Amino acid sequence: MGRDLPVIKVDTVTELEHAVVEGVDISGHWNRMFSDRSTTDFPTEAMDWVTGLAGGESMRDCYQCGKCVPVCPVQHVGDYGPRKLNAKILRGNNLIDDPDLWLCTTCGNCYRVCPKEVNPLKIMPAIREQAVLEGKVPDELSDAFRNLQKSGNPMGESPRKRIDWIAEAGVDVPIISQLDRAVDVLWYVSDYTSYHPRGKDAARAMARVMTALGVDFAILGPEERSDGDSARLAGESGLFELLAEQNIKAFEKYEFKRLVVMDPHAYNAFKNHYPRLGWQGEVLHYTQFLAPLVDRLTFRSSVDLDVTYHDPCYLGRNNGEYDAPRKLLQAIPGIRLAEMPHTKANGYCCGGGGGGMWLDGFVAEHVSERLSERRVREAVATVGMDGSGVLSVACPYEPSRFEDAVKSTGNDGKLAVRDIIELIDQAMQPPAT
Amino acid sequence: MDYVVLLKQVPDLAEDLEIDSAGTGLDREWMSFVASEWDEYALEEALHLRDATGGTVTCLALGVQAGDVDELLATCLARGADRVVRVGSFEQSPDSHSAAGAFAAALDGIPHDLILTGVQAIDDLDGQVGPLLATRRDLPHVSVVTHIAVAADGKTATAHQEYAGGVVGEFELDLPAVLGVQTSREAPRYAPVSRVRQLMKTATIEKADGGGGGSGSGLTIEAMAVPESGATAEMITGNPVAIADRIAAILAERGIGAGAPR
Amino acid sequence: MSADVMVLVEHRDGAILDTTFELLGKAKSLAAESKGEAVAVLLGSGVAGLAGSLGAAARVIVIDDPAFEAFSPSAYQAALVPVVRDREPTLVLVANSGAGMDVAAGLSAALELPLAAYATEVTMDGGSPRVTCQLYAGKIQATVRFERGRGIATVVAGSFPAEAGAGAGSPMVEAVAATASDGRVRFKRLHRPEAGDVDITRESVLVSVGRGIGDQDNLELIEALAKALGGAVSSSRPIADAGWLPRTRQVGKSGLKVKPKVYLALGISGAPEHLEGMRGAELIIAVNSDARAPIFSVAHYGAVADLLDVVPALTARLGG
Ligand SMILES: Cc1cc2nc3c(=O)[nH]c(=O)nc-3n(C[C@H](O)[C@H](O)[C@H](O)COP(=O)(O)OP(=O)(O)OC[C@H]3O[C@@H](n4cnc5c(N)ncnc54)[C@H](O)[C@@H]3O)c2cc1C
Ligand code: SF4
Ligand code: SF4
Repeated sequence: MGRDLPVIKVDTVTELEHAVVEGVDISGHWNRMFSDRSTTDFPTEAMDWVTGLAGGESMRDCYQCGKCVPVCPVQHVGDYGPRKLNAKILRGNNLIDDPDLWLCTTCGNCYRVCPKEVNPLKIMPAIREQAVLEGKVPDELSDAFRNLQKSGNPMGESPRKRIDWIAEAGVDVPIISQLDRAVDVLWYVSDYTSYHPRGKDAARAMARVMTALGVDFAILGPEERSDGDSARLAGESGLFELLAEQNIKAFEKYEFKRLVVMDPHAYNAFKNHYPRLGWQGEVLHYTQFLAPLVDRLTFRSSVDLDVTYHDPCYLGRNNGEYDAPRKLLQAIPGIRLAEMPHTKANGYCCGGGGGGMWLDGFVAEHVSERLSERRVREAVATVGMDGSGVLSVACPYEPSRFEDAVKSTGNDGKLAVRDIIELIDQAMQPPAT
Repeated sequence: MDYVVLLKQVPDLAEDLEIDSAGTGLDREWMSFVASEWDEYALEEALHLRDATGGTVTCLALGVQAGDVDELLATCLARGADRVVRVGSFEQSPDSHSAAGAFAAALDGIPHDLILTGVQAIDDLDGQVGPLLATRRDLPHVSVVTHIAVAADGKTATAHQEYAGGVVGEFELDLPAVLGVQTSREAPRYAPVSRVRQLMKTATIEKADGGGGGSGSGLTIEAMAVPESGATAEMITGNPVAIADRIAAILAERGIGAGAPR
Repeated sequence: MSADVMVLVEHRDGAILDTTFELLGKAKSLAAESKGEAVAVLLGSGVAGLAGSLGAAARVIVIDDPAFEAFSPSAYQAALVPVVRDREPTLVLVANSGAGMDVAAGLSAALELPLAAYATEVTMDGGSPRVTCQLYAGKIQATVRFERGRGIATVVAGSFPAEAGAGAGSPMVEAVAATASDGRVRFKRLHRPEAGDVDITRESVLVSVGRGIGDQDNLELIEALAKALGGAVSSSRPIADAGWLPRTRQVGKSGLKVKPKVYLALGISGAPEHLEGMRGAELIIAVNSDARAPIFSVAHYGAVADLLDVVPALTARLGG
């Protein structure tokens, strides 16, 4: 992943090997890093082991500056913290048996500010992979892994039912295997969009919008498998590779110009990780695909709502796309867009990333509040609670997470959660009578 | 201690089952297969027991062409089994009597002190493999087992058999013996995909003859059907007392609650 | 071969189990059709007195021996083999319990008698039984016949009404000597569940509550209902989140997966994450004030009502 993100860098300091000041040789004394630190009293095995893992290397670079402390969402709700990881490992804890190993959502906010480029997006999967190999996986997570392996989706649903949502889309949704010709857009629908009741709403909206735009598109249907990115970040690299092979096989069977995806995790996988497994092509998140076409969208009604937008970690911070979703929202007639305090590069994680989606019960034991609940409070504070406020999202993990959080924070009926595509679709329909 | 685990694959219920055109079997077109849930518990127990007493775990799985038996056996190795054997060769899942016959024949060549298998499987129309096998090989057995311990001298095992309402019977068995496992002390361990895939390439999967099969189940399937079930609940209407009365009656039909017939 | 229908009697603590009465009632009507007798086989130690409560049977074969002080699969099997072999009943009915499974499959293998498992219905057709079996976790029903007209069926509890088999009477009692078993399986003791610790995955009746309960104090009502039903209380996640019930009672994706005989879903909306944990229950009854709650799409019975009204009424109706 590229790092053209705002980074706060420390000044570069040049240390002299020999220095004589006013006749006194102070070589090695003027930088107190040369003197023994308390942590050198501890065995170095754990740190050596972690930094010896492919991906774990940057853990050694942490120098405890604490810049990550205020930006880590998990640190806000519990004892966990990225800086503390380094301290734990220095003290001989390799994290394999520590709950902390599973709390990081790989949201990437600490990495954004870290002067030493300590990168949990690489460190966590590396250590977790070792835990997985030792069979030390929380049960909830291993259930999801098993389902992904068996059926290609985390719910363990039948691959055949991946297209069940089509029936109520109201428009034709072609399946590429039945078309026998090349298409412009292969639409990768993704798991939650295909199977979760609220995800399906977004799938249907997307089908209608693309049809209205006259896009030449098709879906993989039962051949589609989970993109595997969250499994990868949760440490199951073998499973990720298995799923990727299955998807790549399907991609290679058909001719299409570009891949349009609903799920930022899939976007991340296809764009940044499938190339090393042998598939390369143009990948667009649906907001990126639609934003340039915004002038061609025919809106027929006004959506009179106060809307705020939640940047998904794997579309925003970790892939740098902040504008396309906002451009779409601003184009919808009637919408008043307001930003939450944590926005864009500093967006606040929903808690579902990096396997968090399948660790809900486990994580709940170690935090005072779910990240989704904090985010919902922030949304309520931004758009009010008179019922016209909407928390808009662009990731299929979110509707279930945030709607659940709306209820658990006592905001039922006060804040709606809508995918951007649902709002577009609504505005394209004739006004409700 | 030589532990032997008997496994088979069953249709994955995530796929809706459909009846074939003859009306007496399942339509296999979309069927996918998974290890029988209870057999996985049996394996998990065997691994724990071996780790406690020392010895080996050998997994036997029926060589059915429809499923992916080699992957199942590689998964057993990934979880920690010492040796895996594919038993017999069947086009489709055999009935339980034939399965027991094949396992019984294969056991001739495999050392076994304690044989563990799932207490049941979702497709064992003609009975459970554990007691069928035990009787064929004249071994003592207990099914619905929720706890197993092997004595220090390796001559006997203790097994807990579960009854309704949480009541448990404790038995002692002379070894060798067969146990039908209902649950394992821990959830079946996760087998990382990378390890399974590695083992698929490198591991040795032995083959054992399933004998001449048996006389079959002795059952004739006249018809199979998907039971009628309304897509939505049957709604109970009326005031709260009327609703309560109806619910009590529904429960009583099933022998639950004080209103149950005596 | 005889036209008799034989039933293996199960008893515990000196009382016949209900499942036996279910089988006996059925055996009686089947035997009437096949023109044979309903024969109960009673094994135990000092159990002769129980024969009188098996009035639905025409004949009770009693094998009373200290060896049957408690159930033992191999001892039961050893004793039953000659009885079934010699009397050649058309049908042997055994409950699909742990003990029943052991004995039935053992008999089947020992006598080469076919076995139909998970039976929910048995009829007589031309003097030979036809059995309907539940397969694939209830998703498929198979109707089978025994190739040579005789066989064993293990019957799922609750398939037949127990009243029909529960009448007292004076069946003919026939004492039979036990066949010695080699004693390779030895009963040691019975463990009873300790009060207090509930494992919801093992309960056959779950009264499950969700956010619809409103207030922690209302849990008392739910506890009372569970008590009246002989079941346990479980919940959706918000209840565990609130700390009103321990996490070990949470059903669902991030909680426990349960398959009870009866699942009462009270004030639970039926989110997919919850359904993942309980849709395998045999009977689901939902009470929810919202007619559109998704729980009704998986429930077998539903009622649109306030649970705070229905629960006390139901508890009262059950005499709790
Ligand atoms: C990753 C993840 C994992 C999750 N894991 C689980 C899990 O393991 N288990 C789980 O349960 N949930 C889980 N959830 C939460 C799930 O999405 C739902 O939020 C939760 O199940 C809702 O619980 P509920 O039905 O009790 O509450 P609600 O959805 O709020 O439903 C309450 C219901 O009660 C009804 N009601 C209100 N008052 C009354 C009354 N007086 N009488 C009758 N009915 C009334 C309402 O109509 C409503 O249908 C998970 C969510 C996520 C995102
Ligand atoms: S910002 Fe980086 S260097 Fe500073 S404490 Fe955090 S991880 Fe360590
Ligand atoms: S990646 Fe996100 S959740 Fe993980 S340590 Fe960094 S800030 Fe915290």
